[in-house]
Amino acid sequence: MKFTRLLTGAVLALGLASTAIAEEKTKVGFVFVGPIGDGGWTYEHNQARLAIEKEFGDKVETVYVESVAEGPDSERVMTQMALKGADLIFTTSFGYMDPTINVAKKFPDVKFEHATGYKTAPNVSTYSARFYEGRAVQGHIAGKMTKSNIVGYIGSVPIPEVIRGINSAYIHAKKVNPDVEFKIVWVFEWFNPAKEADAAKVLIEQGADVILQHTDSTAPLAAAEEAGNVIGFGQASDMAAYKDGPRVSSIIDNWGPYYIARTRAVMDGTWESVPTWDGIGPGMVGIGEITDRVPADVKAEAIALKEAIASGEYHPFTGPLNKQDGSAWLEDGEIADDGTLLGMNFYVEGIEGTIPQ
Amino acid sequence: MLRLEQRPQPSRMWVYLTPLVAVVITMIAGGALFAALGKSPVEAIATIFWEPLFGEFAFYYRPQLLVKAAPLILIAIGLSLGFRAGIWNIGAEGQYILGAICGAGVALAAYPSENVLIFPAMIVAGAFGGWAWGMIPALLRVKFGTNEILVSLMLVYVAEQLLAAMSLGLMRNPEGHGFPGSRNLQQYEAAHNAELITGSGLHWGVAAALIAVIFAYILLNRHILGYHIRLTGQAPRAARFAGVRPNRLILFCLGTSGALAGLAGMFEVAGPSGQISIDFNVGYGFTAIIVAFLGRLHPVGIMLAGLLMALTYIGGEIAQSNLQLPAAAIQLFQGMLLFFLLAVDVLVQFRLRWIRTEAA
Repeated sequence: MKFTRLLTGAVLALGLASTAIAEEKTKVGFVFVGPIGDGGWTYEHNQARLAIEKEFGDKVETVYVESVAEGPDSERVMTQMALKGADLIFTTSFGYMDPTINVAKKFPDVKFEHATGYKTAPNVSTYSARFYEGRAVQGHIAGKMTKSNIVGYIGSVPIPEVIRGINSAYIHAKKVNPDVEFKIVWVFEWFNPAKEADAAKVLIEQGADVILQHTDSTAPLAAAEEAGNVIGFGQASDMAAYKDGPRVSSIIDNWGPYYIARTRAVMDGTWESVPTWDGIGPGMVGIGEITDRVPADVKAEAIALKEAIASGEYHPFTGPLNKQDGSAWLEDGEIADDGTLLGMNFYVEGIEGTIPQ
Repeated sequence: MLRLEQRPQPSRMWVYLTPLVAVVITMIAGGALFAALGKSPVEAIATIFWEPLFGEFAFYYRPQLLVKAAPLILIAIGLSLGFRAGIWNIGAEGQYILGAICGAGVALAAYPSENVLIFPAMIVAGAFGGWAWGMIPALLRVKFGTNEILVSLMLVYVAEQLLAAMSLGLMRNPEGHGFPGSRNLQQYEAAHNAELITGSGLHWGVAAALIAVIFAYILLNRHILGYHIRLTGQAPRAARFAGVRPNRLILFCLGTSGALAGLAGMFEVAGPSGQISIDFNVGYGFTAIIVAFLGRLHPVGIMLAGLLMALTYIGGEIAQSNLQLPAAAIQLFQGMLLFFLLAVDVLVQFRLRWIRTEAA
C-alpha cells in the first residue's frame, strides 16, 4: 500500500516535471557547413553550442546537423528543425543566406541568426566577426618573420570578408617589411583538406615561408610542418595541436558569448533583428597564444597592436591607403567606413594578382 | 565448404532480388554501425526509412522526396542508356553544371523581362548545355579513340571551374554587395521553376523525370535503337553483324545522358536552388551512377532507386538532427548500399554450393 502510493507519487512527480521541462525548454538548432571535427570554423561554432548547453543546462535543448550543403539541402534541414519546434536557429555559413530568408518567411515565430550574410528580416538577424582585426596582427608577425619575403595566402571564396582579411594582413606586413610580397591561391571552398594542402605546397614551392589561410582545416599547417622552415597560423580555431610546430599564433572565433546572449534574449522575449559585427574588443575575435618561435620584441609589438585595436585607439584600415590600381581610397588619418568594408571587392595597392571574377 | 559455381544462365530472379537483399544487408550493417556509435539501431533505421514517409511531418518530407529524387532519376535514366551499351559517362556532374549555367544564362540575359517564352527557352538551353558537354567525350572517343570515362570525369572539374568563374564574374548578381552568386531565380517569376501545385513538391523537373522514365521504357522495349543499345552491351560483335553503328550509338548515348543531366541542372537552378553559386553542384551526377545500378539500369527500377536514395538523404538528415548521428555515419550508410549491391550481384552470375571436402 505504502509502496504503491510512493510509486504513484513518483510517477506523478515525474510526469509533472517532464511536462514542465517540455514547456520551458528553449530549443536551439544549428546548421553547420562542415563536420564538427574540422578543427576550425564549424568546430568553434559547435564549441559555442556546447557553451549554450553549459550556461542554461536543463533549460535548453540544442540540435545540430553537420556537413549540410549550401542551397536546397540546407533549406530542408532548417525547415525540419523549425517543424520540430526549434525556437532559435543559427545558420553558420554565408551560402545559407537565401535559404534562411525563405524558411524564416514560413516560420515567423522562429528566430534565425545567419552568420556572415547581409539579408535580414524581422525574424532574421545577421552576425559576423571583424576577423580583419586579427589579420592585422597576423600580417605584422608575418612581415617580421618572413625571410624569403614571400607570404603565401590560401584564399577560400572571394567574398568581401576574405578580401578584407587579405588586405588587412598585407597592409600590416608591408608596414614592417617594405619588401614583402603576397602570393594568393584560391581554392573556392571553405573546407577541403586535400585542396588546402595542395595550395599550401604550391605556395611553399614558390618560396613562401609564412602561410596564412582563410580555410577551415589544419591541412595547411600539416603541410607547413612537413616542409620544415615554414610557419603558419591557426584559423577560426586555435589549432593548438600545431603549437610545437609551425603554428605561431591564431585567430580564434569566439561565438560563445554572442550565442548565449541571443539564446537568453529568446528566453526573455527580448530578441530583435539586429546586425552584429564585433571584433577583438567585445571578445568575438581572439588572438591565440603567440609561441616562442616569434622573437620577444615582435611578440610584444603584436600584442601592443592587438590592444590598440581592442581599445579602439587604432583601426586596421586607416589612411593613407590606395587601391590596387593606384587610385586614392583613404586620405591620411581617414578611417574606412563599415559600408565599404562590408562590400570590399578590391585589393589595396601593392598586392599583385586579380580577385577572381 | 562454400563454393561459387557459375550459373549456366544469369538468374532472372536474383537480378530483381539483389537490390532488396542489398538494402536489407545495409540496414543490418548500418544498424550495427549506429549501435557502435551508441545509438539505438532500430530507432535510427526507423528514423531514416519511416519518418520521411509516415512520420509526424510527412506532409513536408514527401514532397521533398520528389524534389530530391527528380534530378537523380533524370540523370540516372540518361546514364543507364549508355551503361547498358558499355558506354561509360562518369561526368554527369559536369553536364548537370553546364545545363544549369546555360539555363540560368538565358534567364539572366532576359532579366527582368516577363516574357512567357523565357522558361521554355531555358529548358532548351539547359538540355543543350548538357548535351554539348557530353558531346566532348563522345566526339573525342569517336574521332581519336580516347577513353570516355576519363574525359567525361575530368570535364567535371573543368565545369566546376567554369561554375566558379560564372558566379564570380559574368553571372554575379549586380545587387549582391560584391558577394559571388547570381540573382535568385526564385524571385524572378518568368524563370522560376515553381511548384505546379503548391506544397506538392511537384515542379517541372519532377514531371520531366517521369516523362524520361516512360520514354526510356518505350525506347528500350519497343524501339530498334533500344534493341541496339541492349545488344551492344550484351554482345558487341553480334551487334555489329546486326547493323549497329557503334559510333552513332556513342554519340547518341553520351549526348542523351548529357542532355538529361543538363535538364536536371536547369530545373534545379531555376527551382529548389535558385541561383548559380560556386557550390551549386552537390554531387547528383555521381550519386546518379549509384541510382542507375541500384535500379538495375531499368527505367522503373531507376525511379524506385532514385526515391530510395532520396529517402536515405532526407531520412539521414532527420536522423542527424533528431538522434545527433554524425554526418559521416549517414554517408557511410549510403556508401554501404552500393557496396553491398555490388557484392550481392555476384549471385546473379554465380550460385553458392556446399561442397563436402573429403578427408585426404
